[in-house]
Amino acid sequence: MHKKCQKRVEIGRRQFLRGSGLAAAGAAAAAMAPAGRAEAKGMTARGDYPSNRLANIKDLKVDEPMDIAYPDDDSPGVLLKLGKRVDGGAGPDGDIVAYSVMCPHKGYELEYNAEDKTLNCPGHYSRFDCEKEGQQIFGHANQSLPMFSLRIDEKGDIYAEGVDELIYGRFENIRS
Amino acid sequence: MTFKRGNNRLPIPPKDAKVHNVTCDFCIVGCGYKAYTWSIDREGGPKASENAFGVDLNEQPGPDGENWVNPAMYNIVEQNGEPVHLIVKPDPDCVVNRGLNSVRGGRMAETRFSAQTGSMADRLTTPLVWRYSQHLPTSWDDALSLTADVTRRVIEEMGQDAVLVTMFDHGGAAGGYENTWGTGKLYFEAMKVRNCRIHNRPAYNSEVHATRDMGMGELNNAYEDAELADTIFCVGANPLETQTNYFLAHWIPNLRGSTLDKKKAMLPDEEHASGKIIIVDPRRTVTINACEKEAGKENVLHLAINPGTDLVLLNALLTEIVNNGWQAKDFIAAHTKGFDEAFEANKTSVEEASRITGIAADDIRKAAAWIAKPKANGKRRRTMMAYEKGLIWCNDNYRTNAAIANLAIATHNVGREGTGCVRLGGHQEGYVRPSDAFIGRPAPYLDDIILSGKGGVHHIWATDQFKSGLNASKFRREYRRRTNIVKEAMSSIPYGDRDAQLDVIMNAIRRGGLFSVNVDIFKSQIGDAAHVILPAATTGEMNLTSMNGERRLRLTEKYMDPPGEAMPDCLIAARLANALEESFRKAGNDAWADKFKGFDWKTEEDAFMDGYHKHAKGGEFVTYDRLRAMGTNGVQEPVVGYENGKLIGTKRLYTDGKFGTDDGKAHFFKTAWRGFDPADRAKQKEEYPFLINSGRKNMIWQNAFYDERLPFVWERFKLPPIEMNPDDMKKLGLEAGDLVEVYNNVGSTQAMVYPLKTAQPGQCFMLFAAPVGQHGNIVSQGVNELRIPNYKNVWANIRRIGRAPDADAISFKELEYPQDI
Repeated sequence: MHKKCQKRVEIGRRQFLRGSGLAAAGAAAAAMAPAGRAEAKGMTARGDYPSNRLANIKDLKVDEPMDIAYPDDDSPGVLLKLGKRVDGGAGPDGDIVAYSVMCPHKGYELEYNAEDKTLNCPGHYSRFDCEKEGQQIFGHANQSLPMFSLRIDEKGDIYAEGVDELIYGRFENIRS
Repeated sequence: MTFKRGNNRLPIPPKDAKVHNVTCDFCIVGCGYKAYTWSIDREGGPKASENAFGVDLNEQPGPDGENWVNPAMYNIVEQNGEPVHLIVKPDPDCVVNRGLNSVRGGRMAETRFSAQTGSMADRLTTPLVWRYSQHLPTSWDDALSLTADVTRRVIEEMGQDAVLVTMFDHGGAAGGYENTWGTGKLYFEAMKVRNCRIHNRPAYNSEVHATRDMGMGELNNAYEDAELADTIFCVGANPLETQTNYFLAHWIPNLRGSTLDKKKAMLPDEEHASGKIIIVDPRRTVTINACEKEAGKENVLHLAINPGTDLVLLNALLTEIVNNGWQAKDFIAAHTKGFDEAFEANKTSVEEASRITGIAADDIRKAAAWIAKPKANGKRRRTMMAYEKGLIWCNDNYRTNAAIANLAIATHNVGREGTGCVRLGGHQEGYVRPSDAFIGRPAPYLDDIILSGKGGVHHIWATDQFKSGLNASKFRREYRRRTNIVKEAMSSIPYGDRDAQLDVIMNAIRRGGLFSVNVDIFKSQIGDAAHVILPAATTGEMNLTSMNGERRLRLTEKYMDPPGEAMPDCLIAARLANALEESFRKAGNDAWADKFKGFDWKTEEDAFMDGYHKHAKGGEFVTYDRLRAMGTNGVQEPVVGYENGKLIGTKRLYTDGKFGTDDGKAHFFKTAWRGFDPADRAKQKEEYPFLINSGRKNMIWQNAFYDERLPFVWERFKLPPIEMNPDDMKKLGLEAGDLVEVYNNVGSTQAMVYPLKTAQPGQCFMLFAAPVGQHGNIVSQGVNELRIPNYKNVWANIRRIGRAPDADAISFKELEYPQDI
């Protein structure tokens, strides 16, 4: 359902087998498409996030997830129109949300399930509710899913402007 | 609103951060972690040369990155009185968890006491005593001498049996070898206290008496066996939620087929396939769903058994296996006793079993084949049998436990690679105590003693019976009534006149009062009723040894100070023993005073050397230094030697076919079906429409003593969830998030409705030992012949009270990972 970064998922699955009899899967997965890192240094308040244009409202259809990256290209996410007003939803219908898709447990890429509007981890079965600000429904992460805060301007352009939890793999969301 | 930490950044541990071995506080799996501590004034950098992990932290790691630290793994604590940064991170080099953390263990850092960040701010920091009508801080000397004086007066006037004790018997936090020895030496050696109970059951007994009586200890294999098994036979357990990383790191790879190479390499003379799994559980759990996803539905057999009828199934499986000639005839002849008699007594046809258990006859036959039908060339199958509370806290504990052990020895599924007949466990283990044989069998029913007004003083160690007991509302009422008699008496005169205090306390006890002493890390619910509260240190605040579910012994090193004046339990026991000696000595009773010698320990290591080193099997080889050198992988017990700087352990037990009985043989037991035990449950089943099963939820550890203080968990569990089938909800006019009363002939309690399509009609599942709605309120006092309770087979009715507070902020979606995604 969620096509992007299949490579990441597969590498992850192989790594999960490590130590259980198969040959080691080799080096850790390289980050996808490293480029265009946001400019920021040291301690960051939430206000210091870059304002990055993700899409226009017209580009979104209900339950068709759009692949995005925020706050830099190494941090894949998803932009979603849910078709129903939700907590933290942006846009005229209050139904547009964006989340990190790296599981905050062990970094496997989450897959969107339109049937119940959840993001799901193929690594260890954790589930996050897209209609509840990424609340972990079941799983092993010690936090709910990082949600990107959105601003929508008068032209309908959607900007990501912040993140409410630490993103998987990082000691700081905006890397120095 | 979903709770978010709003945390953008964590300090990076510098290259010279101190690194400490840690075994997880919580479940029996005992995942390996490392604690990093360093000065509050410094931090490392993202470059490989600048941080403790030696990697470039600016590189975005792929999945299973070994060096990510989430905010729950970070805190600021004190070390030797100075604030330090703390990170507690899963250890990728630990063979138990291979770098995985569960949702529980991953929160070890944020569940530490921190005066700086405010986490667990209400940890007990000083002793408290009841004076001037409230719990007030006091000195250790004052609290201990009051406890000792009252205990002495009770012994002098009422005898030793009036000393009642509730104490942990396990490992991990609130337990461990140091602390079970400290308390055990006090109550079983210095004193001979018969009237005691354990944290989760009302007597001092084993949850698995039967398998031990048959000669087979309940933790007899290695976690690796789950990777090597042809079939895993799992009864009454939900390991994805309760032994998470054992399941994820050892069961799942087998079911997925990724241990095939290992199987072929280690066991070359037989055919191998991906693992199959049979799960016996009335519920469809997330474990079953995960197994189906990984193994394919054709390799997963879920036997959704009628609650309480496991014994019938186990007997029928044995019958079917023997009828097919699949039993291990040579092994039975050489290493067991009583097979023919037991087989005759337990004979149960598949059809009869199907009628009683509700499981299709063909599924029972299929299970028998998956367990024991030989592989090509007549090679014996390797089946690992695992069970936990669905068997232990269920109907007819003793016979059912024996029945699964019968099955294991009849098929020689113990003592070989890929086998084992094991409980999955709750806490880690860490038991070394002087003999408790004087207690006898059945052990006294402590709750009954308290309810019948007997006993004078009650010492409680790290246990909250108000949350985890049975017949819990009645117990709470009676306990408060009895302890209040003493509280009122104590408040009636000035505190400082000890002799007068002792007189009014004893007078109150004579009138039915009970003096209560509570050792814990927080003021617990039962602790609120106590007269003396003593602050304990927990793991990480002391050095602590325990063993996990494959008997893996490790030392968790002290990495921070305990809060305030809190002390390790073993040292509290020692100081209490010193105070008792002094009290008896002052009273001129040298005979009693002399009983309390040998408690001159200064450190927890002293208690370890006095206890484990001298008394555990193989303990003579083990010291703190040697264990420290074994790191987070430790050594599997029993330890058999020390060579080349390493402790030598034992991978699995009974490999030589010698068992723990007088004749060295495994004994088959007769385990004929007798219906419901206690018998009142059969009547309850007729009278009430809903089974109220109970157990654990993934996010919550034990009775939620940490979780209730953490918004990440508590926003979802302010009230214990009760999982219900949506059709049942419709009939009762209930919505997700409704607050309901659950009531029966025993009592009533409260819960929050959580709809699950996978819940069977008429069968509900409620969180066990919750702080704000005890399932135990509706569990009758009835126990089996050895005083093991049946918490699982409880029936009740349900009615709406209103809307649960903050329910609209909670996600009530299905728990299962969608397989068709």
